[in-house]
Amino acid sequence: MAQSESAQAPQLLPPRRSRGRRSSLFSWRARDQAVFALAWITGIGLCLVVAAIVLLFATKGFDYLRPDLLFSRPSAAVNQAQSGGFLDPIEGTVMLGILGLAIAAPLGVITAVWVVEYGRPRWLSRIVESAVEVIAGTPDVVLAIFGLALFELGIFAPLSFSSPGGAFGRSFLTSGIIVSAVAIPSVYTATRNGLIATPRQLREASYALGKTRIATIRRVVLPAVRRDIATGATLGLGRIIGDTAIVILLLGATLRTQTESGTPLLGLLRGTGSTLTSYIYNNSPSGEGNAPNKAYAAAAFLLLLILLLNWGVGRIGRIGGPPIHEERRLGA
Amino acid sequence: MTDRASAARNWVAPEAPAWQNEPLPIEKLDLEAQLMAIAPERTNARPRRATAAATAVERLRLEDVSVFYGNTPAVKNVSLSIRQGEVLALIGPSGCGKTTLLRTLNRLTELTPNASHSGRVLLDDEDTHDIVDTELRRRVSMVFQQPNPFPMSIFDNVGFALREQSRKRPRRRELEPLVDHALQRAGLHDEVRADLNRSALRLSGGQQQRLCIARAIAQEPEILLMDEPCSALDPRSTAVIEDLILQLREDLAIVIVTHNLQQAHRIADRVAFMYLGDLVEVGETEQVFSDPREEQTREYIAGVFG
Amino acid sequence: MLDRIRRPWSDRRAELVLGAAACLLAIGIVTMIVFVVRGAWPTFSHDGFSWLGSHGSVDSRIGAMQNTSANPAASAYQIGIWPLIYGTLLSAGLAVALALAVALAASIFIVDFAPPAVRRTMTPVIRLLAAVPSVLYGLIGVLLLVPFTNHLVTQQQKASVAYVIQLSGGGVAVVVLLLAVMITPIMTALITDALESVPRPWREGAIALGLNPLRATLAVSVRAIRPAIVGAVGLATARAIGEAIVVSMASGGASFSPNPTDGVVFWFEPFETAASTIVRNADGLSAPVLHSTLYAIAALLLFSSFMLSLAAYLVKLPLRRYQVSN
Repeated sequence: MAQSESAQAPQLLPPRRSRGRRSSLFSWRARDQAVFALAWITGIGLCLVVAAIVLLFATKGFDYLRPDLLFSRPSAAVNQAQSGGFLDPIEGTVMLGILGLAIAAPLGVITAVWVVEYGRPRWLSRIVESAVEVIAGTPDVVLAIFGLALFELGIFAPLSFSSPGGAFGRSFLTSGIIVSAVAIPSVYTATRNGLIATPRQLREASYALGKTRIATIRRVVLPAVRRDIATGATLGLGRIIGDTAIVILLLGATLRTQTESGTPLLGLLRGTGSTLTSYIYNNSPSGEGNAPNKAYAAAAFLLLLILLLNWGVGRIGRIGGPPIHEERRLGA
Repeated sequence: MTDRASAARNWVAPEAPAWQNEPLPIEKLDLEAQLMAIAPERTNARPRRATAAATAVERLRLEDVSVFYGNTPAVKNVSLSIRQGEVLALIGPSGCGKTTLLRTLNRLTELTPNASHSGRVLLDDEDTHDIVDTELRRRVSMVFQQPNPFPMSIFDNVGFALREQSRKRPRRRELEPLVDHALQRAGLHDEVRADLNRSALRLSGGQQQRLCIARAIAQEPEILLMDEPCSALDPRSTAVIEDLILQLREDLAIVIVTHNLQQAHRIADRVAFMYLGDLVEVGETEQVFSDPREEQTREYIAGVFG
Repeated sequence: MLDRIRRPWSDRRAELVLGAAACLLAIGIVTMIVFVVRGAWPTFSHDGFSWLGSHGSVDSRIGAMQNTSANPAASAYQIGIWPLIYGTLLSAGLAVALALAVALAASIFIVDFAPPAVRRTMTPVIRLLAAVPSVLYGLIGVLLLVPFTNHLVTQQQKASVAYVIQLSGGGVAVVVLLLAVMITPIMTALITDALESVPRPWREGAIALGLNPLRATLAVSVRAIRPAIVGAVGLATARAIGEAIVVSMASGGASFSPNPTDGVVFWFEPFETAASTIVRNADGLSAPVLHSTLYAIAALLLFSSFMLSLAAYLVKLPLRRYQVSN
């Protein structure tokens, strides 16, 4: 018969605690040990590669980066290596970013909302989803060449300027429209995932109060995915300002921003110019110039912009506010 | 006491259980040899079949075991003995430490970063911390509360551990008799024999849990730990699994954590009541349920708290 | 606010409007296909499928095309772009293979072995690596790696292939390395997400059966995420095939078919890909023959990216059998 094996009065001094001997690594099979080592090496290695890249551009770039470079315009001087800054490319990058995002963000959000919240008929919804995937997988050179073919048509002359045989086709407007395509998948995917992740109860509560579906979407669901939209948009913006091929093909090869005739803002958008990426490309040995130090400087600045955007994405994730099910005044 | 419970109480290992008479596809079935061929590094040499519950051999012993998460004790100074051929039920209200205690037995608590313990757990007089943990878990198997079959076929699920642990990856032919045997012992063979290549995720909840049991006993473990195995199942599946437990206890020592006092009464030989990390009382089922020594036990069983 | 002043949009109207906007994307893709094929039509009609073959040096043909007049003869369209196709497949294939191995190992590291502090830093690290613009990788290539490899290749090695091609640094090894670094973070992020979304009970069940943590991950988690791995490979391959800037900057600038039998020198032989050819010759688009040739190359790229998505979808189909439907 078992005796009563009750516990003694709880006394917790000093428990000789041990965490147990872990599974000894050396008892694993050789193959497992090799994979284990490989995993560690690649993990640490990846961190080192990033550090190396950032350090490279930081050191080489900031060797050459001077404040006046940022704020002076490129000049066509004989001694390319010493003259001119890259204010125009910076302007170009900013303009392109704003343009591209202004098109990509609404389009991406609307598409995601339609697919998730409505999505009928089913075959159409699948087509739209495939379309986004196709856009995501299309090389940017193909998008650029399509843009060229499209905007060289005469009817699109207002977007750039006329030239014999149609339109010139290269301008900030045309490249902005095309470059938005590289950001649409980011916005779409982020928004779609955010929408799917919002709990059904949120919508049901709104319907129970008598709201239409569209009102629910506007007032309840979309605010709940603000954070996801912002994340997607920031990621998309990063891809826009990092894109080179579309800029090279669709923005003309002018170093300085050239405005077209017309109203000030529209003229600017209809004109050509350069961005940081095309500036870097052109100043490298692959382009026409051979001013590697300016390329490094511009590259360092571009990397800084990307870093800022990335940090922004991280911040957006963190300041999202309390979880959805804990807050939200519904209705009205 | 119901007929069922008395039947359970008086159950004695029959000479040739019905399912053993069913002809298996392989003529000469020497499972020991099969298992040794596939995994020769298994070292356990104890006899596995107890002749009757009365001569229960002690397989697992806890000596003054305490488990801490960080600085909070979850289990305090528990000493317990677990014997082959009998079912030990750990009962107690939520959060009393029964699951933690169960997971300590196969060192699964080590998966939690801040878990630490004191005291000893002895498997056949061998400190479990001196056994390599992977080896330990082959000898002490666990079935979880939620059935967790892998996203593979039924055959691959049951043969999973057998495949992964042998030096040379065994061919399907070599595994088939072992998989069949495990499925039969788990009472699932008849229902799935038609197509063992079906995805395990397509089975019903009760079938999935029996599959997990089959998977756990495929390696012929010595101890089977069950963490509330029926709590996610409907009553019919529960009944099936309880019958299964009664059949399995002949060869194994079974420790089952359960919330359900009636279930403990039905299938357990001994019952250990825990409360807030302390082992309050342990003893034969009848004695604990009808005449408990401790006041707390009496109150818990009467339903004063839960 | 129980009373509304404006009448809200009806759902039907909203659905139509939103649906129309969503269809813009599909329409845009169709438009793209139409325009690209239209621009490529002259080359297709004159060359047919022989265009995909190998007819001598691509560079010289393209050079000739840049000087054609307005009404070119049919023979002016002759070109065989097989070297470009070969270059694309070679660089993308090697890069994806390398990146897959690294991404799998790194993902397993992040999910299973990394100490919490390391894991926390790796997420922004991966994300940053994925966000670096391709022109920066190209810059590293052309300003650092190309001179380095040029220095590495001995005179003797250069002489051994001088009768066919000039080695001037850059080439297969540099491009494959850069492409791999470019696509590894995307794959790592995808695979890590997939690994973390594998239900914990599966891995815990495997460990409870006596597998060590690495084996448990490999046998259960990695096996369970096979569709995600296929998707990641598809995505990475599409990215590698379409990458024009890095290749044009670091590949050595001659459209040559690197010859594996050349031994070590193979890794330093130059090549061109379809995408890089388009970028390199973009300023010559006014010449009609070159125009249609480049569009034909673009059409080929478009077609191959479609095929890639289709292939990834098809490969995933049988894997769905064992998944929980999601």
